[in-house]
Amino acid sequence: MNKIPGAINLGLRRGALEIKQFTRQRESVVFTLLFPLILLAIFGSVFKDTIAPGVTFSQYFVAGMVASGLVNSGFQQIAITIPMERDYGSLKRLRGTPMPVASYFIGKSLLVFVSMIIQVILLLAGGYLFFGLNMPTDISKWLTFTWLIILGTASSTVLGIAFSVVPKSGRGASAVVSPVVIILQFFSGVFFIFTQLPTWMQQVAAIFPLKWLTQGMRSVFLPDSFAANEVAKSWETGRTFLILVLWLVVGFFLTLRTFKWSRE
Amino acid sequence: MNVIEVRGLRKSYASFEAVCGIDLSIAQGEIFSLLGPNGAGKTTTVEILEGFRTRNAGEVKVLGFDPATQGRASREWRNRIGIVLQSTSDAGDLTVSETISHFAGYYSRPRNPEEVISAVGLEDKAKDLIRNLSGGQRRRLDVALGIIGSPELLFLDEPTTGFDPEARRAFWSLIDGLRNDGTTIVLTTHYLDEAEALADRLAVINHGQIIEVSTPTQLGGRSTSKALVQWRDNGELKSEETENPTALVSTLTSQFSGEIPELSITRPSLEDIYLKMIGHANE
Repeated sequence: MNKIPGAINLGLRRGALEIKQFTRQRESVVFTLLFPLILLAIFGSVFKDTIAPGVTFSQYFVAGMVASGLVNSGFQQIAITIPMERDYGSLKRLRGTPMPVASYFIGKSLLVFVSMIIQVILLLAGGYLFFGLNMPTDISKWLTFTWLIILGTASSTVLGIAFSVVPKSGRGASAVVSPVVIILQFFSGVFFIFTQLPTWMQQVAAIFPLKWLTQGMRSVFLPDSFAANEVAKSWETGRTFLILVLWLVVGFFLTLRTFKWSRE
Repeated sequence: MNVIEVRGLRKSYASFEAVCGIDLSIAQGEIFSLLGPNGAGKTTTVEILEGFRTRNAGEVKVLGFDPATQGRASREWRNRIGIVLQSTSDAGDLTVSETISHFAGYYSRPRNPEEVISAVGLEDKAKDLIRNLSGGQRRRLDVALGIIGSPELLFLDEPTTGFDPEARRAFWSLIDGLRNDGTTIVLTTHYLDEAEALADRLAVINHGQIIEVSTPTQLGGRSTSKALVQWRDNGELKSEETENPTALVSTLTSQFSGEIPELSITRPSLEDIYLKMIGHANE
């Protein structure tokens, strides 16, 4: 008798399928991928000031948009689409097959990763071409960028899967998930300069990953001299790494405990 | 060995007891139909067998395996069963052929996707997006996904809802073909003609209990119940209920020279018997 296919192999196949499905939803593809660039265009046109020597608001804002992209294409997208799939019954159908739950999660992560990469490339290319964005030249900055993207995608995805049990229905999912993300964006210094926010907001934001992702991205896209303007007077790279890993682990165990295939 | 073996199965939701002590044995290669009104405990029972729900008490073995078990063993078990759920609908951004080929990859010895597509009669729709299929066509896709893994045991929940009569006949012959391959099939349906056409045995469930397990022809004493003989005599329609229709017809034959006008003999239909059983159970 042949062996049943392995979980990783099926996860890759799920990923390919998820991406194929995603690309066929034209409107949402265009909107999801271009949205950060549109926001950059708006904010870049409104706030033309320089916030520190050699740092424009656009430059500051791009760091926040890259970090937000991780939360949008991971947490938000996943926590909205899973309740819909659950309502449609497609999750229950998958549950009835020998495909393991791990493969389903791998597939979702791949979808997030790919849409994330495209979104970032569009944002950075658009920012560079039209808004005078400075790209980091230091290789170590790109290294930080890489692990931030990987850890950010992974933690954002598992937390999205974990949060997918909260919306009661597929229809209401967007109304439950989107405000959480938008509030988190305001608190985490995506739309405003973080240090200008009230202290209590900063403290609340410091619990969640987005603030750390945003700060991490600033360490990539802003000159090192700007570190002195941060709350801790430093980029806190090590702490950012630890907090993201912690959220990844917490999200992973939450997901295993709470994931629901059907609405019962 | 029986493919399904259930002893003393119980399941409650809060204070409501949905399944109150069910025993069931289903043999290999059998088509077994579960009948019962909505809320009778049918779906709960089947979903426990499928491993979708937990139980409160009783022993359950499906292909020698407890469906409540998790992990690796559960995957091996699911590799051997097929499930066609009631109403699945998704966004439908994939084609029929893409979806079936993808699901084939989940199993260790899948059927050929193209063969399955033609078995359910979707050859012309293979390249169409699922969102463009009609209700009946979607249902046929559900069935295709249920059988793609060449299951030893297939669960069918209301498989022909939304089919036109022609599609339903085609579906029946598909199921007949699976029976000939030795597939055991558990069929839940509201259509009694479907149960009659397909099932080797059937069980009537009401109020969480099995009222009777029998064959379609013998359920509820159907084979020995009185037959209704009708004929026309002098322009008047006559009818008589009798336990001995042959004797009556023989008497009539001697009365009439040649054909007995408009002669018919009817036994109660499966539906008559079923409704009577459910009605009695409600009293």
